[in-house]
Amino acid sequence: MKRFKMGGVHPKENKLSAGKQIVEATLPKQVVIPLVQSLGAPGQSVVAVGDVVKVGQLIVKAGGFVSANIHSSVSGKISAIGTTIDASGYNVPAVFIEVEGDEWLKTIDRTNDLKRECNLSSEEIIKTITDAGIVGMGGATFPTHVKLSPPPGKKADVLIINAVECEPYLTCDHQLMLEKPLEILVGVTILMKAAKVTKAYIGIENNKKDAIELLKQTARSFTGIEIVPLRVQYPQGGEKQLIDAVIGRQIPSGALPVEVGAVVQNVATAFAVYEAIQKHKPLIDRVITITGKSIKSHGNYRVRLGTPMNSVVEQVGGIPEDTGKIISGGPMMGKALKTLEVPVVKGTSGILFIPTFAATRKNMQNCIRCAKCVVDCPMGLEPFLLMSQGERSMWTEMEKDRVMDCIECGICSYTCPSNRPLLDYIRLGKTTVGKIIRNRQAKK
Amino acid sequence: MNIVFVSVFILGLWGALSALVLYFTSKKFNFPTNPLIAEVEAVLPAVNCGGCGQASCHGFAVACVKSNSLHNMVCTVGGKSIMEDVASILGKTANPVIPTVAVVRCGGSCELRPHINQFGGASSCAVVHNLYGGETGCSWGCIGLGDCVEPCKFDAIKINPETLLPEISDNKCTSCNACVTACPKGIIELRNLGEPAHKIYVNCVAKDSGVADSCAVACNGCEKCVEVCEDKAINMIGQLVYIDSTFCTLCGKCVSVCPTNAIVEKK
Amino acid sequence: MAKLIISPSPHVHSGDSISNKMIGVFIALIPAYLVGLYFFGLGALIISITAMLSCVAFEYLIQKFLLKGSVTIFDGSALLTGLLLAMNLPTNIPVWMVVVGSLVAIGVAKMPFGGLGNNPFNPALVGRVFMLISFPAAMTVWPVPVPLNMHYLDALTAATPLAVLKGQFSNIPDTLNMFIGHKGGSMGEVSALALLVGMVYMLIRKIISWHIPVSIMLTVFVFSGILHWANPNAFIATPLFHLLTGGLMLGAIFMATDYVTSPMNPGGMLIYGVGIGIITVVIRVFGSYPEGISFAILIMNGVTPLINTYVKPKRFGEVKKK
Repeated sequence: MKRFKMGGVHPKENKLSAGKQIVEATLPKQVVIPLVQSLGAPGQSVVAVGDVVKVGQLIVKAGGFVSANIHSSVSGKISAIGTTIDASGYNVPAVFIEVEGDEWLKTIDRTNDLKRECNLSSEEIIKTITDAGIVGMGGATFPTHVKLSPPPGKKADVLIINAVECEPYLTCDHQLMLEKPLEILVGVTILMKAAKVTKAYIGIENNKKDAIELLKQTARSFTGIEIVPLRVQYPQGGEKQLIDAVIGRQIPSGALPVEVGAVVQNVATAFAVYEAIQKHKPLIDRVITITGKSIKSHGNYRVRLGTPMNSVVEQVGGIPEDTGKIISGGPMMGKALKTLEVPVVKGTSGILFIPTFAATRKNMQNCIRCAKCVVDCPMGLEPFLLMSQGERSMWTEMEKDRVMDCIECGICSYTCPSNRPLLDYIRLGKTTVGKIIRNRQAKK
Repeated sequence: MNIVFVSVFILGLWGALSALVLYFTSKKFNFPTNPLIAEVEAVLPAVNCGGCGQASCHGFAVACVKSNSLHNMVCTVGGKSIMEDVASILGKTANPVIPTVAVVRCGGSCELRPHINQFGGASSCAVVHNLYGGETGCSWGCIGLGDCVEPCKFDAIKINPETLLPEISDNKCTSCNACVTACPKGIIELRNLGEPAHKIYVNCVAKDSGVADSCAVACNGCEKCVEVCEDKAINMIGQLVYIDSTFCTLCGKCVSVCPTNAIVEKK
Repeated sequence: MAKLIISPSPHVHSGDSISNKMIGVFIALIPAYLVGLYFFGLGALIISITAMLSCVAFEYLIQKFLLKGSVTIFDGSALLTGLLLAMNLPTNIPVWMVVVGSLVAIGVAKMPFGGLGNNPFNPALVGRVFMLISFPAAMTVWPVPVPLNMHYLDALTAATPLAVLKGQFSNIPDTLNMFIGHKGGSMGEVSALALLVGMVYMLIRKIISWHIPVSIMLTVFVFSGILHWANPNAFIATPLFHLLTGGLMLGAIFMATDYVTSPMNPGGMLIYGVGIGIITVVIRVFGSYPEGISFAILIMNGVTPLINTYVKPKRFGEVKKK
């Protein structure tokens, strides 16, 4: 079975919510829609306080090419345009909408009928995806239309669908594949057309055997789509690792996937594309996993974007008593939250509760140079070295030792027997070196 | 006995030979330096703190000797007296030195600015700043993990374990700028020392008015101090007031008028 | 509810720890230790317990009273140093020499550099080499292996096969005996079989990687083989003889793979292993000491920082220059 070639670990999977039906979450009283929900330039709000909006109506216009539209996920009245707290704990501008009823735009097809045929051209598809505000839903939130429009002179020859879900605990993509296989495959066909490729691979880790089987059967009626089972190994869902695992091409340092002729899209993105093209539904909701060892009813929920997390969590019985840490996303790369007032956004893949005893890190000890971090690093870096450079602010040396190649998968900190916070300092180094590089380029 | 003489002779000969080689190499590769540099360096404090902008005291001595005037050349550690010594050695005039001192502009102690979450990562302000706003509701103020303590070569800065804020001892501080660059939040500023260690400054750097909810001593941008100031030393920067120490006459009116005690007077 | 904890990702940990790794090495040493006990009996027991106790005691005393810092004797590293030191000693050596060796291992080779993780040279080997130089007579006389030997200092002594090789060529045990450990030598080094069992265990548990032990053994085999093949009269020992005698197995499997003092990426490990192999054979064949692996490892320990600087792991997506 295929896997990526360098490093990697296999953390405990803890897929507690696997096999739980996707449940429609109840509408909250108020939604909070941050103006920035994707990588790139912040958007411009096109509504004013007091406006009445319907589900699917555009409320934030993209602020540039690398940026995405945001639509209202509920119907109701704009109550305020102010600031809210984001997953990083900083205040960000946001639109507040009081929910009144659930009135959708007339153009949106809300039936469950499958619509397979798509007669749009590549440009038209990309235009629709742009309008629908679709971004990479694996967590990186890179606007999808940017990925589908390769820079001039470059051409992709293969589309890879990321259905790996290598993060422990998370099951939202898995469940989506089980419930909507046809829709996903139609979405993949549309993406193939948009990217002008004839071959698509869907990479799925082998711990989702039911999804592999189901998709393999369903894919027989589609041309050019191949399901690739992968050996379970974190971080297989990383773009570079996935391309290496599925088609055995390694992206050079600093280059885009299209350099090796590949376009990677998340499986949830493929579903969103299906909805946008065939059902005219912009990206207004997504499936998230609510899980953790301490909560009773973990499950997969379809949540309107902008719903405050505590409103969703209340539906599963509130915050468990001994919670020490709440994480937006998975345990390896997710962000620890300060508060549950944070809204669900396009990149939120789950809410994970970790009990207090498991939330505190153990004391750091001396590096014993066991080289675990070097051996397990999927990018072939030397985390121990980068950390000590980070502690000493040796940014030039860090850049030379290729800190910018780091994908922040967290394996180094995960695997270190001395509990050293390797990634903390490497991430600091990435931010600082990134600034230095941008300044240098600005001078040129 | 013979062996003793032989050994002494051989070793002595070897020593003499080596001395000769050393003598000639030092003559041959002698690099003439300006004797003034050594003289200037001898007066300098030799701590290599970097406060003058040069990497070392030697570098500063070279720069002093090379430059035409001592304009903008200040040894922050030695201050006025050392710069006058340097000037007399070089026969140039010293720059008038306004003594400065580092000031921590955050008063959010544990009581006044309660911690609402707990940081569990690497113990470094830079790491916290890179990750999120901080343990308190204010994302502008001091993080309190002491990134400023380590670079101080003069032992002038310490974290108070009760308030978790750094405290700078004015008589030890040489205003070398090391803590200023170390602080990721940019809280520490070099300010004029004032009449014997007397200074008035805004003890807050929060440029956003929402901070008042999470900190009892935050500047709320009410501008009362701006109105009361007769020297026009107080300006608004966004939501925040800033006292320009070059104009401030230390009258103290703003201190009494501030509703949140964000302006402090330290003697 | 208590305050939420915020930290950068990752939010889970593998649960691995230093003591975990040390325990793994201890388990891997059990077969060799048992063989040592079987052939050298009481002496082996006394030496090993003395070495372990004194290493832990010295580490505790230094951390507590000299450095006045935290005491980390429970991570097991000092205990392991003690056991490895004992494994490298002949079993009829007086107790006080072992204590001195432990003091050098912990007090000179480890703690002055900053304790675990910062020592440039393998502490147990520094202790052993110090003893070899200071007490050459006691360190080069080995007791005759007698099953369940209850004699300690009054045991019958004999030279090791390697020492025999330096002198007259007779009394060399046959290959099978050398393999299972029925031969003179230091406590832990006699049984290649037991040491290989330990290596397999460590490889399975991923405590060590194969690079260092395999490269050392291969290099010794190939290099001594070339010498033997080129001139069998001058270089009598066969490559197999070189592999099975002396401390080669113990050194290659347990001493050279010490985390702290070995290189940190596969390429570097191979260079390190080849270096140790070559130096070992050179000392054995051309040097005045019968055994060279200790010196070889210490020399390559010194080269390790250089290897770490110039040999980098293969980066992801790196294109080979044609």
